[in-house]
Amino acid sequence: MTGGGAWERLRAWFLLPARVWMIGLFAAPFAIVIAYSLLTRGAYGGLGQPWTLDNYRRLVDPLYLEVVVRSFGMAAETTAICLVLGFPLALFISRSGKRKNLYLQLVILPFWTSFLVRIYAWLFLLRDTGLINTALQHLGLIHAPLPLLYNDGAVLLGLVYGYLPFMVLPVYATLERLDPALTEAAADLGAKPWPTLWHVVLPLSAPGIAAGSILVFIPSLGAYLTPDLLGGGRTVLIGNVVQNQFTNARDWPFGAAISVALMALVGTLVLFVLRRQRGSLA
Amino acid sequence: MKRWLGLYAAAVYLFLHVPLIILAVFSFNSSRFTVWQGFSLHWYGAIFQDPQLAESAWNSVIIAVAATILATIAGTLCAYGLWKRGSRMLTGSLYLSLVTPEIVMGISLLALFQWSFRWLHWRMGLHTVILAHVAFSIAYVVIVIAARLRTFSPTLEEAALDLGATEWQAFRYVTLPALLPGIVAAALLALTVSFDDYVITSMVAGVDSETLPMVIYAMARRGASPVINAISALIVVVFGGLVLISERVRES
Repeated sequence: MTGGGAWERLRAWFLLPARVWMIGLFAAPFAIVIAYSLLTRGAYGGLGQPWTLDNYRRLVDPLYLEVVVRSFGMAAETTAICLVLGFPLALFISRSGKRKNLYLQLVILPFWTSFLVRIYAWLFLLRDTGLINTALQHLGLIHAPLPLLYNDGAVLLGLVYGYLPFMVLPVYATLERLDPALTEAAADLGAKPWPTLWHVVLPLSAPGIAAGSILVFIPSLGAYLTPDLLGGGRTVLIGNVVQNQFTNARDWPFGAAISVALMALVGTLVLFVLRRQRGSLA
Repeated sequence: MKRWLGLYAAAVYLFLHVPLIILAVFSFNSSRFTVWQGFSLHWYGAIFQDPQLAESAWNSVIIAVAATILATIAGTLCAYGLWKRGSRMLTGSLYLSLVTPEIVMGISLLALFQWSFRWLHWRMGLHTVILAHVAFSIAYVVIVIAARLRTFSPTLEEAALDLGATEWQAFRYVTLPALLPGIVAAALLALTVSFDDYVITSMVAGVDSETLPMVIYAMARRGASPVINAISALIVVVFGGLVLISERVRES
């Protein structure tokens, strides 16, 4: 572009604040966590020598392995449900002509309001004295409140509700770029709408589906707030174990080891998708 | 197929919006129970009589405003610098910060601050929360501004340089004004993200820096209360409005 030494110096200054922040408050903290994951838990929850890999070995302890498997299962279910709900919605938006922007904003709006508020909304609906149970009791359909809250289903519901827009937006973006001539060609050759959808539109929107799936899977895998509030401590996921090790259990080295493993996984997933797409996620 | 698609989409929209609408409706219920007993603004009055809520809301505002200003400056400069010439390390770390689970970011920052206490005589407080919020907001700002820059032609700056402007002047008087709508949108986004955060904040906040989401969380843990419905409705309206404004500005 413009080139020249003056410009290079200016660019270095421009990047400086973000660099300092990302190194000091993103990379350095994580480096400390990596170091802690290799230390031994001392008396009273302190950190001590010797350096060890024991914290990583504990990850395959059946007790924690179960949590890992459950978290993976929950994240996979969330992703699948988001796809089933999100793909048709994205398709609908991409085919709604002038109203596109309005429909798109209706997806984005609840997404940017407040995550905590959205989780609380389900707490309000699902609890024993919540709207659903109260209504059913008033109608005489049930006599005792149904246990809707504090179980795996409630957590799954909360995760789907929280992350659905992450699926809709990238899928919509690929559908939007789809050449309409392709579906027209399929129709001209006698294909009915459903087979066209299945054999033409769906395969062509694979990049969006992949991006959306990763964007839903990753936060679901590391979720903390949703299982905490809607699972009420009964549905423990990886995020809850990490939080617990750093607060109540005071076993920082083990909590750090779980975090490092989680980040390694997230990093691998992102790299995998970026490689395949040769582009950016945003 | 079109009709089925429309019905399906309508059902998904209901799923997305009805819980929040019900939440807001019941904030006007005169009873504290989930049975409609009549319209009342009682719970909105209760918000303003609770000193803890007022204090935490004020903390949240201070944190969000400070973090937004810092993140917007750092993010805008960064996006511009990266637009001129990319940096894989910096871009990679920004993306990574976006996908890092909040709880992992929270405990890493907690570890960093605790570790720094060995040398620095400071405690957790508003400043640690602000530092943390800037760390996770920068990436959002960079993405919004970068999207705006993609539609900006470098020939305008080149023209300014040909006419004798310095690189700084070309940025200051040509590019920056063109970026302004993007900067406003990015700042509003950072403000929303910061104001809303619970997980990271709860790890790095001190005893005197409780934020509004922390108080809401504690109240929700104790059980639902119409007061939370009322605060939630206010938050949804205020931030929903901000997002709409931000979209308008970005489109202009």
